[in-house]
Amino acid sequence: MTHVDQTLDRERSLDGALDGALDERGRRWLAQALERIREREEAVLELFPVAGRACGRGPMPGAPGVTVDQAVRERLLTALSSRGAELGELLWRVYRYGDAAERIAVLRALGRLDADGALGEHGLRIVRDAIRTNDARMIEAAVGPYGARRLPDAEYRQAVLKCVFVGVPLSAVAGLEQRADRELARMLADYAHERTVAGRDVPADVRPLIRRHPDVTEGRRLPEGWL
Amino acid sequence: MRIFDPHIHMTSRTTDDYEAMYTAGVRAVVEPAFWLGQPRTSPDTFVDYFDSLLGWEPYRASQFGIRHHCTIALNPKEAGDPRCRPVLDLVPRYLAKDGVVAVGEVGYDSMTPEEDEAFAAQLEMARNADLPVLVHTPHRDKAAGTRRSLDVVRESGLPPERVLIDHLNETTVAMVKESGCWMGFSVYPDTKMDEDRMVRILKEYGTERMLVNSAADWGRSDPLKTRRVGEAMLAAGFTDVDVETVLWDNPVAFYAQSGRLDLAEAEPAACYAGNTIERGG
Repeated sequence: MTHVDQTLDRERSLDGALDGALDERGRRWLAQALERIREREEAVLELFPVAGRACGRGPMPGAPGVTVDQAVRERLLTALSSRGAELGELLWRVYRYGDAAERIAVLRALGRLDADGALGEHGLRIVRDAIRTNDARMIEAAVGPYGARRLPDAEYRQAVLKCVFVGVPLSAVAGLEQRADRELARMLADYAHERTVAGRDVPADVRPLIRRHPDVTEGRRLPEGWL
Repeated sequence: MRIFDPHIHMTSRTTDDYEAMYTAGVRAVVEPAFWLGQPRTSPDTFVDYFDSLLGWEPYRASQFGIRHHCTIALNPKEAGDPRCRPVLDLVPRYLAKDGVVAVGEVGYDSMTPEEDEAFAAQLEMARNADLPVLVHTPHRDKAAGTRRSLDVVRESGLPPERVLIDHLNETTVAMVKESGCWMGFSVYPDTKMDEDRMVRILKEYGTERMLVNSAADWGRSDPLKTRRVGEAMLAAGFTDVDVETVLWDNPVAFYAQSGRLDLAEAEPAACYAGNTIERGG
């Protein structure tokens, strides 16, 4: 099973955990919200900002790093019936007009929304916007399974490098197993060289990616004992 | 000393300020939407500004252990510019956000008919969104502007305890106290109020419904003025409890009326590389 599949599985199991995480009022709100979205998709724009107040923002039991409002918002998005460009446009509007928590929820939902290819490349605009920010939470959410599947090579490598720069652990980046290539190793070796020459630390999690392509370290200074 | 600064424009301040504020005891702030010195010429730049008040700025604050909320409105200084009027159509969308604890800053700058209209429309939006209101009072013709603001609030039918009238001084405090609205005071290095005058007002009018803020922004201002007022209060014989009432309990009570004030500890998970804002390369 690939890393991407594992991540998707984890996302699907959130729905099960959600029922247990909500109280009676939250469950009722969510059921009505899903009903409204099925009747009229654009209702999601009004319901999305309210999710935290209606259902709570505590941690999701059994899902480290996920909050209840996030899981609720992901569930709301799965009720959308549009596909392709139309779905991409609606998601963009939810994201564009969302606050930080809403945007992160959209980013995290992209993988499952595209599980059967329903979204195609129409969510890339959202991922690209998030990677341009300087908010580590947003960047981390953008490098999930959707970004791993859809970002072109050059952009995927830049996204990984950005994670290294802003301190997002590489364990949070989906698809590295399949997508980390020689060019990424070269970029990370250059980065490690630059840091080492400047007398600064290099995050340990870039080391395994460099080691896959030992030739890229030629002529570069790396931390003591790295090779 | 635990401090809640109920009015400060952190967008204009540096990370050094956040550090100094934390050291001084500041644990929570509210950043009202206002103008930026340079007039804006389209609603689009307001969208970016509002997004920043809901995204980037609370994120930055959280890395220094400070909770950040905001208020949203088309401010009085730009409400008269026809190019900015469409912002009024965008405001309700932002009032739905979790981080928004009031409508503001609304009120008067030059007391024009355009300002009247924007003020009244946004009081109505506050009612619809079930949010309290932060009212800015003008620098020029302050007493008349404050009186007129109180009239507009009264006509709106909003309960006075849902309204905070800000930037008050010796000439305007009495009428606001009588109205039942909350009273805000901005303590500046050389304009508005200073800490000793603030203490005299607290002695005369008491601590009930009184809020003190630094209103620090891009002009000459000091984000530690809240702390200085607390120290001046203690030096003048006020108790620790009095200081806590003015610098913490009152702002919490006012903004908690939104139902959205979240004073849980700033999440350490949001901080990856120590207390730094990484520049991202």
